[in-house]
Amino acid sequence: MEEFLVFDKVSKSFGDVQALKNVSLSVKKGEIFSLLGPSGCGKTTLLRVAAGFERPDSGRVYLDGEDITDIPPNRRKVNTIFQNYALFPHMSVWENIAFGLKVAGMPGARITEEVNRMLALVHMEDQARKKPDQISGGQKQRVAIARALINKPRVLLLDEPLAALDLKLRQRMIIELDSIHDEVGITFLFVTHDQGEAMSLSDQIAVMNEGNVEQVGTPVQIYEAPVSSFSAAFIGDANFFEGMVSRVEGADYSRLSIEGFPEVLCFNDQPRSQGDLVYLSVRPEKVRISRDRPRDDERVNMVEGAVEDVIYLGSHTRYWVRVDQYRLAVTRQHQRFQLDEKPVTWGDSVWLSWHADDGFMLQRYEEKDEDLLAFLPEGEE
Amino acid sequence: MKRSRIPLIVAVICFVFLYLPIIVLVINSFNGSRFGSVWGGFSLKWYARLFSDREVWFSLRNTLIIAVSATALSVVLGTLAAFALHRYKTRLQVLHYTLIYTPLVVPDILMGMSLLLLFVSVAMPLGLFTILLAHVTFCISYVAMVVLARLQDFDWSLMMAASDLGAGPWTSFRRVLLPLIMPGIVSGGLLAFTLSLDDFVITFFVAGPGSATLPIQIYSMIRHGSPPMINALSTLLLVFTFTMVWTSQRLMRRTT
Repeated sequence: MEEFLVFDKVSKSFGDVQALKNVSLSVKKGEIFSLLGPSGCGKTTLLRVAAGFERPDSGRVYLDGEDITDIPPNRRKVNTIFQNYALFPHMSVWENIAFGLKVAGMPGARITEEVNRMLALVHMEDQARKKPDQISGGQKQRVAIARALINKPRVLLLDEPLAALDLKLRQRMIIELDSIHDEVGITFLFVTHDQGEAMSLSDQIAVMNEGNVEQVGTPVQIYEAPVSSFSAAFIGDANFFEGMVSRVEGADYSRLSIEGFPEVLCFNDQPRSQGDLVYLSVRPEKVRISRDRPRDDERVNMVEGAVEDVIYLGSHTRYWVRVDQYRLAVTRQHQRFQLDEKPVTWGDSVWLSWHADDGFMLQRYEEKDEDLLAFLPEGEE
Repeated sequence: MKRSRIPLIVAVICFVFLYLPIIVLVINSFNGSRFGSVWGGFSLKWYARLFSDREVWFSLRNTLIIAVSATALSVVLGTLAAFALHRYKTRLQVLHYTLIYTPLVVPDILMGMSLLLLFVSVAMPLGLFTILLAHVTFCISYVAMVVLARLQDFDWSLMMAASDLGAGPWTSFRRVLLPLIMPGIVSGGLLAFTLSLDDFVITFFVAGPGSATLPIQIYSMIRHGSPPMINALSTLLLVFTFTMVWTSQRLMRRTT
């Protein structure tokens, strides 16, 4: 599929703050593309550049091959769903949805037809006469979607559309957004700070941090093969260990020396050479925990540790295990809870093991990696 | 515990204090006798006299001309001032705000005096036009303050939404911003109208011969003695004001 919405080296500053630093991204036609990052990472600014509310200081924006950088918002074939919905309070649901078509000067009969079609799409037929302050948050959300989609935008921009909803409703709206996307087939550019939303909706995710795009990829790629320590730490939980490549074993694996660990084997995402300083990252659910020493396997790393904390979480349990200077998070899914073996508890000495393919190495490149401590898995979320 | 009667008693006393004079005035306007202290039977003769008094009609006409035009002018200027105050945040705005705000707190007598001095010094003949200018001067401030309050509550993302949906600046203004701040403009206008209608002090200073407004006419009627007619006039004014307030409140409820 061809590139549809393209940001080409877009930069934008507000005073001294550089919100976007030379950002290049391309979104394919028909996909749900998420901009994911913490607040202040520039994702909303990028969305506003796409909508036309911000003019980039440098760089261009293309939609379907056409340079739209200088086109004002009201003449762009994109529509936005605002975080607070921004429904017109003095108009009924019906009039809100009809607004775009009325402005465009469409004849009344056709407007009625289109509005009714949109009302059906978002299941709001019986609320058409109500004013925005008479309907619930989820319903406002639907009206906002209908109001944007009725203009048949080429790209729908969604600015944290679910942030104002409570958890249950959010989960339902994710499914609903997905089915609406399937139905209308319009390209979605979705801004969120919630990795769960991004993971469950997106075809592609761009992880953003401090005005840069850290990584672009499918949810699986982002989670399983993060290319930067920021992506690894921001999406999901990850244990980090400082290490050094002590030996490269063929093209596929490296041996790492990490303080307090026996030599660790790890798969090479990219060519490594002896002496590289790296972070080894392992997701908590990839680590197995057992009382007995696992069977030897040359591809499985093993280390002994002491359980410091046990947190029972219903579907799974999280263990905190001390290995030398590191405190590892390990999660274990319950299948037959407490029936399979004597449960691991506080103070137990245990074996941790993970397959070499489940760890990934990240370049230790910048001082800002110190900030990763802020993202280390916490005792409980 | 038994609830104290004191609040009720205080409230009744307050209401009596506030409304008794008005009630006495209304009753007296139907009093056939010339003297308020004696009941001379129900009569509409003061109303009849009032309606045949040419000076009263003349001053009423003046009042309405001034009130309507002062309202129209101050609504436009005041709304523009409120927009300017809201939109641009420079250091000069502090000065602008002070200039708009000052007429609300300056004593009327000072306003009247200074305006009179100004008109005299530029040799402007006193009359309806000077009264109009004076009224616009203080009405602008009220309108600007009311509209500004409304603008401060306005959610500007609505304008972005309108523009996002294809509306140009003018359409967004007309279909989104204007309808939403209209209650502010209307109530500012009504306030201006009411203030202009019953302003006495400032008008007294800047009025010229033949430009007496109703409040000034009433004042001179008291001095030349026909109190029963004033009672009738005041009763009519009361009815008119009530109707206006009632209408404006109904209007506001519908627009918000």
